Amino acid sequence: MPEAAVVRWRADVIGIFFIIIVGALLAVMGAAHAIDGPFQAQMWTMLAALLLGGAALLHQVTKPPQQSDATRYENGVVKAGVIASMFWAVAGLLVGLIIALQLAFPNIFYFPDFGWLNFGRLRPLHTSAVIFAFGGNVLIATSFYVVQRTCRARLAGGLWPWFVFWGYQLFIVLAGTGYLMGITESREYAEPPWYTDIWLTIVWVAYLLVFLGTIWKRQEKHIYVANWFYLAFIVTIAMLHIVNNLAIPVDFAGSFSYSLFSGVQDALTQWWYGHNAVGFFLTAGFLAIMYYFVPKRAERPIYSYRLSIVHFWALIFLYIWAGPHHLHYTALPQWAQTLGMTFSIMLWMPSWGGMINGLMTLSGAWDKLRTDAVLRMLVVSVAFYGMSTFEGPMMSVRAVNSLSHYTDWTIGHVHSGALGWVGFVSFGALYCLAPWLWKRQRLYSMALVDWHFWIATIGIVLYITSMWVAGIMQGLMWRAYNEFGFLEYSFVETVQAMHPYYIIRAIGGGLYLTGALIMVYNLWRTARGDAPSFERATDVPAAGVLAAAE
Amino acid sequence: MSLDAAAHHAQTAGLVLLFGCFVIAVIYALWPSNRQKFSQAARMPLEDDND
Amino acid sequence: MWSFHKWFERHSLILLIGILVVVSIGGIVQIAPLFFIDSTIERVQGVRPYTPLELAGREIYIQEGCYVCHSQMIRPLRDEVERYGHYSLAAESMYDHPFQWGSKRTGPDLARVGGRYSDEWHRAHLMNPRSVVPESVMPPYAFLAQQDLDASHMDEHLRVNRMLHVPYTEDQVAHADADAAAQATPDSDAASDFSRRYPNAAVRDFDGDPSRVTKMDALIAYLQMLGTGVDFSTYHADAPENQR
Repeated sequence: MPEAAVVRWRADVIGIFFIIIVGALLAVMGAAHAIDGPFQAQMWTMLAALLLGGAALLHQVTKPPQQSDATRYENGVVKAGVIASMFWAVAGLLVGLIIALQLAFPNIFYFPDFGWLNFGRLRPLHTSAVIFAFGGNVLIATSFYVVQRTCRARLAGGLWPWFVFWGYQLFIVLAGTGYLMGITESREYAEPPWYTDIWLTIVWVAYLLVFLGTIWKRQEKHIYVANWFYLAFIVTIAMLHIVNNLAIPVDFAGSFSYSLFSGVQDALTQWWYGHNAVGFFLTAGFLAIMYYFVPKRAERPIYSYRLSIVHFWALIFLYIWAGPHHLHYTALPQWAQTLGMTFSIMLWMPSWGGMINGLMTLSGAWDKLRTDAVLRMLVVSVAFYGMSTFEGPMMSVRAVNSLSHYTDWTIGHVHSGALGWVGFVSFGALYCLAPWLWKRQRLYSMALVDWHFWIATIGIVLYITSMWVAGIMQGLMWRAYNEFGFLEYSFVETVQAMHPYYIIRAIGGGLYLTGALIMVYNLWRTARGDAPSFERATDVPAAGVLAAAE
Repeated sequence: MSLDAAAHHAQTAGLVLLFGCFVIAVIYALWPSNRQKFSQAARMPLEDDND
Repeated sequence: MWSFHKWFERHSLILLIGILVVVSIGGIVQIAPLFFIDSTIERVQGVRPYTPLELAGREIYIQEGCYVCHSQMIRPLRDEVERYGHYSLAAESMYDHPFQWGSKRTGPDLARVGGRYSDEWHRAHLMNPRSVVPESVMPPYAFLAQQDLDASHMDEHLRVNRMLHVPYTEDQVAHADADAAAQATPDSDAASDFSRRYPNAAVRDFDGDPSRVTKMDALIAYLQMLGTGVDFSTYHADAPENQR
């Protein structure tokens, strides 16, 4: 190891130790003065995690400095990200299945004597686990992979990428266990409490610096467009996260806090955040995955690089305005609602720009869809992206929204995007990454990928069609009048009508989870080295027989 | 400032800025001397080594 | 070589700044006006800050994730107004840090649930929703009746709200802990002190267990005041200052 590298490595160790020690001290103080039990449990969790991290770091320090070759890519943290993504995918989907079953069979899946597993606490656990734990880990892992390849530079920051990875897992564990104990800020998709928000901010700044640092070291002159999307995702999420979580804690040793804003201002801030979590976390970030993995897997350059630039700027500019369509007909001033609706409709265009760019990359190579299930998964994800970005602008029209809002149609819409687009593009990327990272010729089984694809696709279809029917029916029943001019249905009659659709939805979710489990098995066998070797694939004896026959 | 005026300014400014951003992005994307750069850039994922 | 590198760095920072500028505009133009234009919120009589017990109940409402399935925002649509009552005004949530408008109605809207059912109904419903509404899919909350309310930090809750411009008096902040228990303990000296500080608040034993103050007391106290504040005789929808 050259002298300069050793010095830099020491600086990394000292920097991370500093964060761990300060964090551990604060955790001990928090636990000692805690005004509520859940907060105390969270502080002990934090302390345990930080001490574990410190011990792992110490173990590194006592070993001789690693002979890490600065000219090679950093793959270890990406591998860890792939494993974490698989774990959180299963966990998040499982919780989703449980809450779907709770609504379908409330007498079986609830426990009156404790609140830990009630719908209200599990639902944020589900959304956070799939969006932030699964999606977030996929984004971090793929961004670390892609930025190195497209910049031809090793990941910057030495040990800091590992801090980002483990720090992010700690954020997830703190947030998730907190929900189970009833710790929440009640801001949808931003439920974690104030101290978890601060921790995420520290991790996120480190993430931004690692990513930017790698771009600064790049050997390529041009910054590849996937990195634009990753950068927009990282920076904008930082801005949204900080503004939306501004709050004053009741006590610095307590979990509850009061949002800085109230009522209508608070609602707009939250949905400005909420919609852009969709726009920048679930769209820009995963478009970055599309812009690298679809061309790579199809072995063709992206259809139009120029279109990707125009659609990048149009997308990030328009998305940021669309939030108020979540607040149609509410006490939000009407001009803001109109503005949100207008921009949401305009969003349709850049969204489809991205879809066209992804799909048309396959032009001239459509036959690959028949043979390569991984590519098929990636392409179908782009098709789902196109579908849900058509549905979204439609639902943002006030007249449509008056029917769809508050119903399960919204849930169906979200899941066509989440299961179809985000899920499939992530699975496709994971299927690509596992053989590349673990240096295998190919996946353990392409047949299992096929199974995963079809089972999950049927699951999605069941899910979104049942929610369409349920949602539209619910909306129509709420506004139905009888011949005497009275409301036709009581609320509970509409709940009762949902029952069969909630069962179908749970079946769809179960299928999707089954598909994910098949993927985990397949990737695990691939990583373990059970993927057939090159020799066996070409089947030497058979070739001999063939030769004899000739 | 009245609410109507504020809303009006907000929407006008939004339109102007949107259009400005869009024009700049399109000019950058279509600038003739960038053509070579972009077609090279588009091949970047295909040319990296899987190491 | 070094200066060449520097130029590259600047290049990516230009991209970074470009992204930040583009994504900031929307927020500034759209959100900022709401904070400066006072007619965002109607002027109506009757909306008061929560009592300590109601505020504690609201905390439980948030902790249990009630907002996940219940909205508190009645839209000005004919069927909603007939089903739930007068459409919600911005003024009704002006002391809500954070807002509880919700986004989904797996259960009905609760913006005006206050006074619509008896305390006994709420208690039975929260203990086991299907005992009173057989088709309900709501989780049971029997454990709330078993857990004492910890009101020992309500003064801190009120103080933070006061910092956020919720009009609590010094007196209300100072007596917040005792007031939380007093509201659920009728016919006591503390209760009459409480009523002096909060003239429009109900004093009842909400959970039917007079021996102690539970989380159930707090949650029902909160539910029973929802939407009862505004004196609609003072609200004129057609008045120019209420046109938004």
